[in-house]
Amino acid sequence: MSDLSVSMSAAGGLPQSPVLPEAPAKVTVRNLNFYYGEHHALKNINMSLGTNRVTAFIGPSGCGKSTLLRIFNRMYDLYPGQRVTGQLMLDQTNILDPKLDLNLLRARVGMVFQKPTPFPMTIYENIAFGIRLYEKISKSEMDDRVEKALRGGALWNEVKDKLNASGLSLSGGQQQRLCIARTVAVRPEVILFDEPCSALDPISTAKVEELIQELSENYTIAIVTHNMQQAARVSDKTAFMYLGELIEFDDTSKIFTSPTDRRTQDYITGRFG
Amino acid sequence: MNPIYSRRRRKDIVVRGLCFGAAAFGVTWLALILVTLLYNGVAGLNLELFAADTPPPGSTEGGLRNAIVGSLIMTVIGVGIGAPLGLFAGTYLAEYGRNDKLTSVIRFINDILLSAPSIIIGLFVYGAVVVPMRGFSAIAGSLALAVIVIPVVLRTTEDMLLLVPNALREAASALGLPRSLVIKRIAYRAARSGLITGVLLATARVAGETAPLLFTALSNQFFSLGLNKTMANLPVTINNFVQSPYAYWKQLAWSGALLITLTVLALNIGARILGAERTAK
Repeated sequence: MSDLSVSMSAAGGLPQSPVLPEAPAKVTVRNLNFYYGEHHALKNINMSLGTNRVTAFIGPSGCGKSTLLRIFNRMYDLYPGQRVTGQLMLDQTNILDPKLDLNLLRARVGMVFQKPTPFPMTIYENIAFGIRLYEKISKSEMDDRVEKALRGGALWNEVKDKLNASGLSLSGGQQQRLCIARTVAVRPEVILFDEPCSALDPISTAKVEELIQELSENYTIAIVTHNMQQAARVSDKTAFMYLGELIEFDDTSKIFTSPTDRRTQDYITGRFG
Repeated sequence: MNPIYSRRRRKDIVVRGLCFGAAAFGVTWLALILVTLLYNGVAGLNLELFAADTPPPGSTEGGLRNAIVGSLIMTVIGVGIGAPLGLFAGTYLAEYGRNDKLTSVIRFINDILLSAPSIIIGLFVYGAVVVPMRGFSAIAGSLALAVIVIPVVLRTTEDMLLLVPNALREAASALGLPRSLVIKRIAYRAARSGLITGVLLATARVAGETAPLLFTALSNQFFSLGLNKTMANLPVTINNFVQSPYAYWKQLAWSGALLITLTVLALNIGARILGAERTAK
Protein backbone atom coordinates (compact mmCIF):
# COMPACT_ATOMS: atom_id res chain seq x y z
CA MET A 1 0.00 0.00 0.00
CA SER A 2 1.32 3.41 -0.87
CA ASP A 3 1.71 6.24 1.57
CA LEU A 4 -1.13 7.99 -0.26
CA SER A 5 -3.50 6.39 2.21
CA VAL A 6 -2.65 9.13 4.64
CA SER A 7 -2.61 11.97 2.14
CA MET A 8 -4.41 14.31 4.48
CA SER A 9 -2.25 17.27 3.60
CA ALA A 10 -4.24 20.32 2.65
CA ALA A 11 -3.31 19.97 -0.96
CA GLY A 12 -6.18 22.18 -2.04
CA GLY A 13 -8.26 21.59 -5.14
CA LEU A 14 -8.03 22.93 -8.61
CA PRO A 15 -7.89 26.73 -8.63
CA GLN A 16 -11.40 27.15 -10.06
CA SER A 17 -13.22 24.78 -7.68
CA PRO A 18 -14.65 26.14 -4.42
CA VAL A 19 -12.74 24.43 -1.64
CA LEU A 20 -13.68 25.25 1.93
CA PRO A 21 -10.82 26.02 4.28
CA GLU A 22 -9.51 23.05 6.26
CA ALA A 23 -11.82 22.48 9.25
CA PRO A 24 -10.67 21.30 12.69
CA ALA A 25 -11.13 17.56 13.10
CA LYS A 26 -14.31 16.39 14.84
CA VAL A 27 -13.54 12.70 14.59
CA THR A 28 -9.99 11.41 14.30
CA VAL A 29 -9.13 7.90 13.13
CA ARG A 30 -5.62 6.55 13.82
CA ASN A 31 -4.21 3.17 12.82
CA LEU A 32 -7.67 1.63 12.92
CA ASN A 33 -8.02 -2.10 12.23
CA PHE A 34 -11.23 -4.09 12.26
CA TYR A 35 -11.88 -7.82 12.27
CA TYR A 36 -15.03 -9.86 11.62
CA GLY A 37 -13.88 -12.98 13.45
CA GLU A 38 -10.76 -13.93 11.46
CA HIS A 39 -11.48 -11.65 8.54
CA HIS A 40 -9.36 -8.48 8.54
CA ALA A 41 -11.95 -6.03 7.20
CA LEU A 42 -10.25 -2.65 7.77
CA LYS A 43 -6.50 -2.21 7.48
CA ASN A 44 -4.71 0.60 9.24
CA ILE A 45 -7.09 3.46 8.49
CA ASN A 46 -5.92 7.03 9.16
CA MET A 47 -8.17 9.99 8.48
CA SER A 48 -10.46 12.55 10.10
CA LEU A 49 -13.91 14.07 9.72
CA GLY A 50 -13.76 17.88 9.61
CA THR A 51 -16.14 19.79 11.87
CA ASN A 52 -19.30 20.84 10.00
CA ARG A 53 -18.05 19.29 6.80
CA VAL A 54 -19.46 16.49 4.68
CA THR A 55 -17.09 13.56 4.19
CA ALA A 56 -18.06 10.96 1.60
CA PHE A 57 -16.87 7.36 1.55
CA ILE A 58 -16.82 5.67 -1.85
CA GLY A 59 -15.53 2.34 -3.10
CA PRO A 60 -16.74 -0.97 -4.50
CA SER A 61 -18.97 -3.29 -2.45
CA GLY A 62 -17.15 -5.00 0.38
CA CYS A 63 -14.40 -2.38 0.59
CA GLY A 64 -15.21 -1.65 4.24
CA LYS A 65 -16.79 1.78 3.97
CA SER A 66 -20.01 0.79 5.80
CA THR A 67 -17.94 -1.12 8.35
CA LEU A 68 -15.93 2.03 9.09
CA LEU A 69 -19.10 4.08 9.44
CA ARG A 70 -20.54 1.56 11.90
CA ILE A 71 -17.46 1.92 14.11
CA PHE A 72 -18.05 5.66 14.54
CA ASN A 73 -21.16 4.92 16.69
CA ARG A 74 -20.00 1.49 17.90
CA MET A 75 -22.90 -0.17 16.05
CA TYR A 76 -20.73 -3.24 15.64
CA ASP A 77 -21.03 -3.76 19.41
CA LEU A 78 -24.50 -5.25 18.84
CA TYR A 79 -22.93 -8.35 17.31
CA PRO A 80 -20.45 -10.78 18.81
CA GLY A 81 -17.16 -11.79 17.21
CA GLN A 82 -16.23 -8.33 15.94
CA ARG A 83 -13.05 -6.65 17.13
CA VAL A 84 -11.36 -3.32 16.61
CA THR A 85 -7.86 -1.99 17.36
CA GLY A 86 -6.36 1.47 17.01
CA GLN A 87 -7.57 4.87 18.07
CA LEU A 88 -10.80 6.69 17.37
CA MET A 89 -11.51 10.05 18.99
CA LEU A 90 -14.66 12.18 19.02
CA ASP A 91 -13.24 15.51 20.19
CA GLN A 92 -11.62 14.44 23.48
CA THR A 93 -13.72 11.25 23.89
CA ASN A 94 -12.20 7.89 23.10
CA ILE A 95 -14.97 6.16 21.13
CA LEU A 96 -13.33 2.75 21.53
CA ASP A 97 -13.15 2.96 25.33
CA PRO A 98 -14.85 -0.25 26.54
CA LYS A 99 -16.28 1.63 29.51
CA LEU A 100 -17.88 4.32 27.34
CA ASP A 101 -21.67 4.65 27.71
CA LEU A 102 -22.82 3.60 24.25
CA ASN A 103 -26.22 5.22 24.59
CA LEU A 104 -24.64 8.60 25.29
CA LEU A 105 -22.20 8.09 22.42
CA ARG A 106 -25.10 7.35 20.06
CA ALA A 107 -26.89 10.45 21.26
CA ARG A 108 -23.85 12.42 20.03
CA VAL A 109 -23.33 10.38 16.87
CA GLY A 110 -26.64 9.79 15.05
CA MET A 111 -27.15 7.43 12.14
CA VAL A 112 -29.45 7.20 9.11
CA PHE A 113 -29.70 3.83 7.40
CA GLN A 114 -29.98 2.52 3.87
CA LYS A 115 -33.61 1.52 4.19
CA PRO A 116 -36.00 3.95 5.88
CA THR A 117 -36.78 2.60 9.35
CA PRO A 118 -39.72 4.54 10.80
CA PHE A 119 -40.79 3.17 14.16
CA PRO A 120 -44.25 1.55 14.34
CA MET A 121 -45.88 4.65 15.85
CA THR A 122 -47.27 8.02 14.78
CA ILE A 123 -45.19 10.59 12.92
CA TYR A 124 -45.22 12.82 16.00
CA GLU A 125 -44.15 9.96 18.28
CA ASN A 126 -41.36 8.94 15.91
CA ILE A 127 -39.73 12.30 16.69
CA ALA A 128 -40.83 12.79 20.31
CA PHE A 129 -39.71 9.29 21.24
CA GLY A 130 -36.00 10.05 20.84
CA ILE A 131 -36.24 13.43 22.56
CA ARG A 132 -37.93 11.89 25.61
CA LEU A 133 -34.95 9.58 26.09
CA TYR A 134 -32.78 12.51 27.08
CA GLU A 135 -35.05 15.35 28.12
CA LYS A 136 -38.16 15.91 30.20
CA ILE A 137 -40.06 18.77 28.58
CA SER A 138 -43.62 20.07 28.55
CA LYS A 139 -46.16 19.25 25.86
CA SER A 140 -45.89 22.67 24.21
CA GLU A 141 -42.11 22.56 24.21
CA MET A 142 -42.29 19.10 22.72
CA ASP A 143 -44.65 20.35 20.01
CA ASP A 144 -42.06 23.01 19.17
CA ARG A 145 -39.22 20.52 19.09
CA VAL A 146 -41.15 18.11 16.87
CA GLU A 147 -42.03 20.90 14.44
CA LYS A 148 -38.43 22.11 14.40
CA ALA A 149 -37.11 18.60 13.77
CA LEU A 150 -39.63 17.98 10.97
CA ARG A 151 -38.69 21.32 9.41
CA GLY A 152 -35.07 20.29 9.80
CA GLY A 153 -35.94 17.11 7.92
CA ALA A 154 -37.70 19.15 5.17
CA LEU A 155 -40.88 17.22 5.93
CA TRP A 156 -43.01 19.65 7.99
CA ASN A 157 -45.13 21.00 5.14
CA GLU A 158 -46.03 17.52 3.96
CA VAL A 159 -47.03 16.09 7.34
CA LYS A 160 -48.16 19.00 9.53
CA ASP A 161 -51.83 18.05 9.06
CA LYS A 162 -51.36 14.36 9.83
CA LEU A 163 -48.93 14.20 12.71
CA ASN A 164 -51.02 11.43 14.26
CA ALA A 165 -50.88 9.21 11.20
CA SER A 166 -48.60 6.19 11.35
CA GLY A 167 -45.01 6.79 10.30
CA LEU A 168 -45.40 3.72 8.11
CA SER A 169 -48.09 5.45 6.02
CA LEU A 170 -45.55 7.82 4.44
CA SER A 171 -43.83 7.23 1.11
CA GLY A 172 -40.28 5.84 1.07
CA GLY A 173 -38.67 9.24 0.56
CA GLN A 174 -40.81 10.82 3.26
CA GLN A 175 -39.97 7.96 5.62
CA GLN A 176 -36.27 8.55 5.06
CA ARG A 177 -36.66 12.27 5.79
CA LEU A 178 -38.64 11.31 8.92
CA CYS A 179 -35.65 9.20 9.99
CA ILE A 180 -33.34 12.15 9.37
CA ALA A 181 -35.65 14.44 11.37
CA ARG A 182 -35.73 11.88 14.17
CA THR A 183 -31.93 11.80 14.22
CA VAL A 184 -31.63 15.58 14.19
CA ALA A 185 -34.23 15.90 16.97
CA VAL A 186 -31.91 14.53 19.66
CA ARG A 187 -29.30 17.18 18.68
CA PRO A 188 -26.31 15.03 17.81
CA GLU A 189 -22.91 16.44 16.84
CA VAL A 190 -22.16 13.96 14.08
CA ILE A 191 -24.61 12.32 11.65
CA LEU A 192 -23.68 9.16 9.78
CA PHE A 193 -25.51 8.36 6.55
CA ASP A 194 -25.20 4.76 5.33
CA GLU A 195 -26.28 4.85 1.66
CA PRO A 196 -29.31 6.97 2.59
CA CYS A 197 -30.66 7.27 -0.96
CA SER A 198 -30.13 3.81 -2.39
CA ALA A 199 -33.77 2.87 -1.76
CA LEU A 200 -35.18 6.20 -3.00
CA ASP A 201 -36.39 7.57 -6.32
CA PRO A 202 -34.47 10.44 -7.99
CA ILE A 203 -36.73 13.21 -6.70
CA SER A 204 -36.55 11.99 -3.11
CA THR A 205 -32.81 11.56 -3.55
CA ALA A 206 -32.46 15.20 -4.62
CA LYS A 207 -34.41 16.30 -1.55
CA VAL A 208 -32.27 14.25 0.81
CA GLU A 209 -29.06 15.51 -0.82
CA GLU A 210 -30.21 19.10 -0.46
CA LEU A 211 -31.01 18.35 3.17
CA ILE A 212 -27.55 16.91 3.80
CA GLN A 213 -26.01 20.12 2.47
CA GLU A 214 -28.18 22.21 4.77
CA LEU A 215 -27.41 20.00 7.76
CA SER A 216 -23.69 20.41 7.22
CA GLU A 217 -23.99 23.98 8.49
CA ASN A 218 -24.56 22.63 11.98
CA TYR A 219 -23.42 19.02 11.96
CA THR A 220 -20.38 16.99 11.04
CA ILE A 221 -21.52 14.53 8.41
CA ALA A 222 -20.16 11.25 7.06
CA ILE A 223 -21.92 9.59 4.13
CA VAL A 224 -21.33 6.21 2.54
CA THR A 225 -22.55 6.07 -1.03
CA HIS A 226 -22.36 3.86 -4.11
CA ASN A 227 -23.26 6.79 -6.25
CA MET A 228 -20.17 8.78 -7.24
CA GLN A 229 -22.16 11.72 -8.59
CA GLN A 230 -23.80 11.91 -5.19
CA ALA A 231 -20.44 12.00 -3.44
CA ALA A 232 -19.31 14.73 -5.84
CA ARG A 233 -22.50 16.74 -5.27
CA VAL A 234 -22.77 16.67 -1.49
CA SER A 235 -19.32 16.24 0.00
CA ASP A 236 -16.39 18.48 0.82
CA LYS A 237 -13.94 15.63 1.22
CA THR A 238 -14.00 12.16 -0.27
CA ALA A 239 -12.35 8.97 0.91
CA PHE A 240 -11.84 6.19 -1.62
CA MET A 241 -11.61 2.74 -0.06
CA TYR A 242 -10.65 -0.53 -1.64
CA LEU A 243 -10.33 -4.02 -0.08
CA GLY A 244 -10.30 -2.67 3.46
CA GLU A 245 -7.71 0.03 2.81
CA LEU A 246 -8.10 3.77 2.57
CA ILE A 247 -6.52 4.42 -0.81
CA GLU A 248 -6.99 8.13 -1.14
CA PHE A 249 -8.53 10.86 0.99
CA ASP A 250 -8.68 14.42 -0.24
CA ASP A 251 -10.87 17.35 -1.23
CA THR A 252 -13.77 16.06 -3.28
CA SER A 253 -12.95 18.29 -6.22
CA LYS A 254 -9.44 16.88 -6.32
CA ILE A 255 -10.51 13.25 -6.03
CA PHE A 256 -12.90 13.60 -8.95
CA THR A 257 -10.63 15.67 -11.20
CA SER A 258 -7.06 14.69 -10.50
CA PRO A 259 -6.78 11.66 -8.23
CA THR A 260 -3.27 10.66 -7.31
CA ASP A 261 -3.74 6.92 -7.11
CA ARG A 262 -4.28 4.78 -10.18
CA ARG A 263 -7.00 2.71 -8.43
CA THR A 264 -8.99 5.81 -7.51
CA GLN A 265 -8.86 6.95 -11.11
CA ASP A 266 -9.94 3.53 -12.38
CA TYR A 267 -12.87 3.48 -9.97
CA ILE A 268 -14.20 6.97 -10.62
CA THR A 269 -13.92 6.48 -14.35
CA GLY A 270 -15.94 3.29 -14.05
CA ARG A 271 -13.23 0.85 -14.99
CA PHE A 272 -14.17 -1.40 -12.04
CA GLY A 273 -16.54 -1.57 -9.10
CA MET B 1 -48.21 -34.44 -28.33
CA ASN B 2 -44.73 -34.84 -26.93
CA PRO B 3 -44.79 -38.11 -24.87
CA ILE B 4 -42.73 -36.63 -22.02
CA TYR B 5 -45.12 -33.75 -21.76
CA SER B 6 -48.27 -35.88 -21.90
CA ARG B 7 -46.93 -38.20 -19.24
CA ARG B 8 -46.25 -35.22 -17.02
CA ARG B 9 -49.80 -34.01 -17.57
CA ARG B 10 -51.26 -37.40 -16.60
CA LYS B 11 -49.13 -37.42 -13.45
CA ASP B 12 -50.30 -33.93 -12.62
CA ILE B 13 -53.95 -34.97 -12.90
CA VAL B 14 -53.41 -38.02 -10.65
CA VAL B 15 -51.50 -36.06 -7.98
CA ARG B 16 -54.04 -33.26 -8.05
CA GLY B 17 -56.83 -35.81 -7.58
CA LEU B 18 -55.04 -37.40 -4.62
CA CYS B 19 -54.46 -34.04 -2.95
CA PHE B 20 -58.08 -33.04 -3.41
CA GLY B 21 -59.27 -36.42 -2.11
CA ALA B 22 -57.12 -36.18 1.01
CA ALA B 23 -58.34 -32.67 1.74
CA ALA B 24 -61.98 -33.64 1.17
CA PHE B 25 -61.60 -36.71 3.40
CA GLY B 26 -60.31 -34.61 6.31
CA VAL B 27 -62.82 -31.81 5.92
CA THR B 28 -65.77 -34.24 5.65
CA TRP B 29 -65.19 -35.67 9.11
CA LEU B 30 -64.70 -32.22 10.57
CA ALA B 31 -67.94 -31.06 8.97
CA LEU B 32 -69.81 -34.12 10.26
CA ILE B 33 -68.52 -33.50 13.78
CA LEU B 34 -69.51 -29.84 13.70
CA VAL B 35 -72.95 -30.52 12.23
CA THR B 36 -73.66 -33.21 14.84
CA LEU B 37 -72.44 -30.92 17.60
CA LEU B 38 -74.57 -28.03 16.35
CA TYR B 39 -77.65 -30.25 15.87
CA ASN B 40 -77.46 -31.76 19.35
CA GLY B 41 -76.09 -28.75 21.17
CA VAL B 42 -78.46 -26.04 20.00
CA ALA B 43 -81.46 -27.80 21.58
CA GLY B 44 -80.07 -27.10 25.05
CA LEU B 45 -78.96 -23.51 24.48
CA ASN B 46 -81.18 -21.40 26.74
CA LEU B 47 -80.93 -18.97 29.61
CA GLU B 48 -81.07 -21.75 32.19
CA LEU B 49 -77.80 -23.10 30.85
CA PHE B 50 -76.03 -19.98 32.10
CA ALA B 51 -78.17 -19.26 35.17
CA ALA B 52 -78.51 -22.63 36.94
CA ASP B 53 -75.88 -24.94 38.37
CA THR B 54 -75.38 -28.56 37.35
CA PRO B 55 -78.35 -30.71 38.40
CA PRO B 56 -78.29 -33.75 40.69
CA PRO B 57 -78.79 -37.17 39.09
CA GLY B 58 -82.27 -37.71 37.68
CA SER B 59 -83.29 -34.07 37.73
CA THR B 60 -84.47 -32.46 34.51
CA GLU B 61 -83.67 -28.92 35.58
CA GLY B 62 -80.35 -27.12 35.81
CA GLY B 63 -77.58 -25.69 33.69
CA LEU B 64 -73.84 -25.33 33.58
CA ARG B 65 -73.29 -22.04 35.46
CA ASN B 66 -70.78 -23.44 37.95
CA ALA B 67 -68.83 -25.23 35.22
CA ILE B 68 -68.76 -22.14 32.97
CA VAL B 69 -67.58 -19.90 35.81
CA GLY B 70 -65.03 -22.49 36.94
CA SER B 71 -63.62 -22.86 33.44
CA LEU B 72 -63.39 -19.08 33.09
CA ILE B 73 -61.56 -18.70 36.40
CA MET B 74 -59.04 -21.48 35.76
CA THR B 75 -58.42 -20.42 32.16
CA VAL B 76 -57.84 -16.80 33.20
CA ILE B 77 -55.44 -17.78 36.00
CA GLY B 78 -53.70 -20.36 33.80
CA VAL B 79 -53.18 -17.88 30.96
CA GLY B 80 -52.35 -15.17 33.53
CA ILE B 81 -49.47 -17.26 34.84
CA GLY B 82 -48.40 -18.98 31.63
CA ALA B 83 -48.56 -16.11 29.15
CA PRO B 84 -46.08 -13.75 30.91
CA LEU B 85 -43.63 -16.64 31.44
CA GLY B 86 -43.93 -17.61 27.77
CA LEU B 87 -43.54 -13.98 26.67
CA PHE B 88 -40.41 -13.45 28.74
CA ALA B 89 -38.86 -16.75 27.71
CA GLY B 90 -39.64 -16.09 24.03
CA THR B 91 -38.12 -12.62 24.40
CA TYR B 92 -34.95 -14.16 25.78
CA LEU B 93 -34.65 -16.56 22.86
CA ALA B 94 -35.33 -13.96 20.18
CA GLU B 95 -33.53 -10.96 21.67
CA TYR B 96 -30.95 -11.56 24.36
CA GLY B 97 -30.01 -15.15 23.69
CA ARG B 98 -29.96 -15.05 19.92
CA ASN B 99 -26.31 -16.07 19.66
CA ASP B 100 -26.34 -18.25 22.74
CA LYS B 101 -25.83 -22.02 22.65
CA LEU B 102 -28.39 -22.37 25.46
CA THR B 103 -31.04 -20.96 23.12
CA SER B 104 -31.18 -23.96 20.81
CA VAL B 105 -31.36 -26.28 23.82
CA ILE B 106 -34.27 -24.32 25.28
CA ARG B 107 -36.01 -24.23 21.91
CA PHE B 108 -35.65 -28.00 21.53
CA ILE B 109 -37.03 -28.71 25.00
CA ASN B 110 -39.86 -26.28 24.40
CA ASP B 111 -40.79 -28.10 21.20
CA ILE B 112 -41.03 -31.33 23.18
CA LEU B 113 -43.21 -29.64 25.78
CA LEU B 114 -45.33 -28.19 22.98
CA SER B 115 -46.19 -31.63 21.67
CA ALA B 116 -46.37 -33.44 25.03
CA PRO B 117 -49.75 -35.14 25.60
CA SER B 118 -51.73 -32.97 27.99
CA ILE B 119 -52.50 -35.96 30.23
CA ILE B 120 -48.77 -36.16 31.04
CA ILE B 121 -48.88 -32.53 32.14
CA GLY B 122 -51.93 -33.35 34.26
CA LEU B 123 -50.06 -36.20 35.94
CA PHE B 124 -47.02 -33.98 36.48
CA VAL B 125 -49.07 -31.34 38.27
CA TYR B 126 -50.87 -34.08 40.18
CA GLY B 127 -47.53 -35.26 41.54
CA ALA B 128 -46.05 -31.79 41.99
CA VAL B 129 -49.04 -29.93 43.47
CA VAL B 130 -52.04 -32.15 44.25
CA VAL B 131 -50.19 -34.77 46.30
CA PRO B 132 -48.20 -32.29 48.46
CA MET B 133 -51.34 -30.17 48.96
CA ARG B 134 -53.28 -33.31 49.92
CA GLY B 135 -56.21 -32.63 47.63
CA PHE B 136 -57.51 -31.61 44.25
CA SER B 137 -57.81 -27.85 43.82
CA ALA B 138 -58.65 -25.15 41.31
CA ILE B 139 -55.17 -23.70 41.71
CA ALA B 140 -53.64 -27.04 40.69
CA GLY B 141 -55.93 -27.01 37.64
CA SER B 142 -54.83 -23.48 36.77
CA LEU B 143 -51.17 -24.46 37.08
CA ALA B 144 -51.68 -27.43 34.76
CA LEU B 145 -53.24 -25.10 32.18
CA ALA B 146 -50.36 -22.65 32.67
CA VAL B 147 -47.85 -25.39 31.87
CA ILE B 148 -49.70 -25.96 28.59
CA VAL B 149 -49.83 -22.23 27.79
CA ILE B 150 -46.09 -21.57 28.30
CA PRO B 151 -44.66 -23.45 25.28
CA VAL B 152 -47.37 -22.14 22.92
CA VAL B 153 -46.80 -18.51 23.89
CA LEU B 154 -43.03 -18.96 23.98
CA ARG B 155 -42.97 -20.28 20.44
CA THR B 156 -45.21 -17.61 18.92
CA THR B 157 -43.38 -14.87 20.82
CA GLU B 158 -40.02 -15.99 19.51
CA ASP B 159 -41.32 -16.38 15.94
CA MET B 160 -43.02 -12.98 15.96
CA LEU B 161 -40.00 -11.16 17.39
CA LEU B 162 -37.71 -12.80 14.84
CA LEU B 163 -39.96 -11.34 12.11
CA VAL B 164 -39.20 -7.80 13.31
CA PRO B 165 -36.52 -6.53 10.92
CA ASN B 166 -33.11 -6.09 12.49
CA ALA B 167 -32.81 -2.71 10.76
CA LEU B 168 -35.48 -1.45 13.15
CA ARG B 169 -33.49 -2.58 16.18
CA GLU B 170 -30.34 -1.00 14.77
CA ALA B 171 -32.16 2.25 14.09
CA ALA B 172 -33.43 2.33 17.66
CA SER B 173 -29.98 1.53 19.05
CA ALA B 174 -28.47 4.22 16.85
CA LEU B 175 -30.78 6.72 18.53
CA GLY B 176 -29.24 5.76 21.86
CA LEU B 177 -31.93 3.41 23.18
CA PRO B 178 -30.71 0.87 25.70
CA ARG B 179 -31.42 -2.76 24.84
CA SER B 180 -34.37 -3.08 27.21
CA LEU B 181 -36.15 -0.13 25.60
CA VAL B 182 -35.39 -1.34 22.09
CA ILE B 183 -37.27 -4.51 22.99
CA LYS B 184 -40.08 -2.92 24.99
CA ARG B 185 -40.81 0.11 22.88
CA ILE B 186 -39.81 -1.01 19.39
CA ALA B 187 -39.75 -4.80 19.00
CA TYR B 188 -42.86 -5.46 21.10
CA ARG B 189 -44.68 -2.64 19.36
CA ALA B 190 -43.82 -3.92 15.92
CA ALA B 191 -44.82 -7.48 16.84
CA ARG B 192 -47.78 -6.53 19.03
CA SER B 193 -50.61 -8.13 17.08
CA GLY B 194 -48.58 -11.31 16.62
CA LEU B 195 -47.90 -11.52 20.34
CA ILE B 196 -51.57 -11.04 21.20
CA THR B 197 -52.47 -13.67 18.61
CA GLY B 198 -50.16 -16.14 20.34
CA VAL B 199 -51.85 -15.56 23.69
CA LEU B 200 -55.32 -15.92 22.12
CA LEU B 201 -54.37 -19.19 20.45
CA ALA B 202 -52.95 -20.51 23.72
CA THR B 203 -56.21 -19.54 25.44
CA ALA B 204 -58.16 -21.41 22.78
CA ARG B 205 -55.91 -24.40 23.27
CA VAL B 206 -56.47 -24.68 27.04
CA ALA B 207 -60.18 -23.77 26.96
CA GLY B 208 -61.05 -27.30 25.95
CA GLU B 209 -58.38 -29.27 27.81
CA THR B 210 -59.91 -32.12 29.85
CA ALA B 211 -57.12 -34.47 30.82
CA PRO B 212 -54.97 -32.07 32.86
CA LEU B 213 -58.03 -30.90 34.83
CA LEU B 214 -59.17 -34.45 35.54
CA PHE B 215 -56.05 -34.98 37.66
CA THR B 216 -55.89 -31.55 39.25
CA ALA B 217 -59.12 -29.59 39.66
CA LEU B 218 -61.23 -32.72 39.37
CA SER B 219 -64.74 -31.28 39.18
CA ASN B 220 -67.58 -30.45 41.46
CA GLN B 221 -71.36 -30.50 41.36
CA PHE B 222 -71.70 -27.15 43.10
CA PHE B 223 -70.91 -23.52 42.60
CA SER B 224 -67.60 -22.65 44.26
CA LEU B 225 -65.04 -19.91 43.95
CA GLY B 226 -62.44 -21.27 46.37
CA LEU B 227 -59.11 -21.89 44.68
CA ASN B 228 -57.98 -24.46 47.24
CA LYS B 229 -60.97 -26.75 46.63
CA THR B 230 -62.12 -28.76 43.64
CA MET B 231 -63.82 -26.61 41.02
CA ALA B 232 -66.44 -27.40 38.41
CA ASN B 233 -65.32 -26.88 34.82
CA LEU B 234 -66.79 -27.49 31.39
CA PRO B 235 -64.49 -30.17 29.94
CA VAL B 236 -64.60 -32.52 32.94
CA THR B 237 -68.35 -31.93 33.44
CA ILE B 238 -68.93 -32.84 29.80
CA ASN B 239 -66.78 -35.91 30.25
CA ASN B 240 -68.79 -37.01 33.31
CA PHE B 241 -72.24 -36.20 31.90
CA VAL B 242 -71.64 -37.98 28.61
CA GLN B 243 -70.92 -41.20 30.48
CA SER B 244 -74.10 -40.93 32.58
CA PRO B 245 -77.39 -42.71 31.81
CA TYR B 246 -79.50 -39.53 32.18
CA ALA B 247 -80.83 -37.94 29.00
CA TYR B 248 -80.84 -34.46 30.50
CA TRP B 249 -77.18 -34.72 31.52
CA LYS B 250 -76.33 -35.86 28.01
CA GLN B 251 -78.14 -32.83 26.63
CA LEU B 252 -76.14 -30.54 28.93
CA ALA B 253 -72.92 -32.20 27.76
CA TRP B 254 -73.78 -31.46 24.11
CA SER B 255 -74.57 -27.84 24.90
CA GLY B 256 -71.39 -27.48 26.93
CA ALA B 257 -69.33 -28.89 24.08
CA LEU B 258 -70.98 -26.43 21.70
CA LEU B 259 -70.16 -23.56 24.08
CA ILE B 260 -66.48 -24.49 24.17
CA THR B 261 -66.36 -24.89 20.41
CA LEU B 262 -67.96 -21.48 19.86
CA THR B 263 -65.50 -19.89 22.31
CA VAL B 264 -62.53 -21.45 20.56
CA LEU B 265 -63.96 -20.36 17.22
CA ALA B 266 -64.33 -16.77 18.48
CA LEU B 267 -60.75 -16.76 19.79
CA ASN B 268 -59.43 -18.09 16.49
CA ILE B 269 -61.38 -15.52 14.49
CA GLY B 270 -59.99 -12.81 16.80
CA ALA B 271 -56.48 -14.12 16.19
CA ARG B 272 -57.12 -14.17 12.44
CA ILE B 273 -58.32 -10.57 12.41
CA LEU B 274 -55.25 -9.44 14.34
CA GLY B 275 -53.03 -11.45 12.01
CA ALA B 276 -54.63 -9.82 8.98
CA GLU B 277 -53.99 -6.40 10.48
CA ARG B 278 -50.35 -7.27 10.78
CA THR B 279 -49.93 -8.28 7.15
CA ALA B 280 -51.91 -5.26 5.98
CA LYS B 281 -49.14 -3.04 7.35
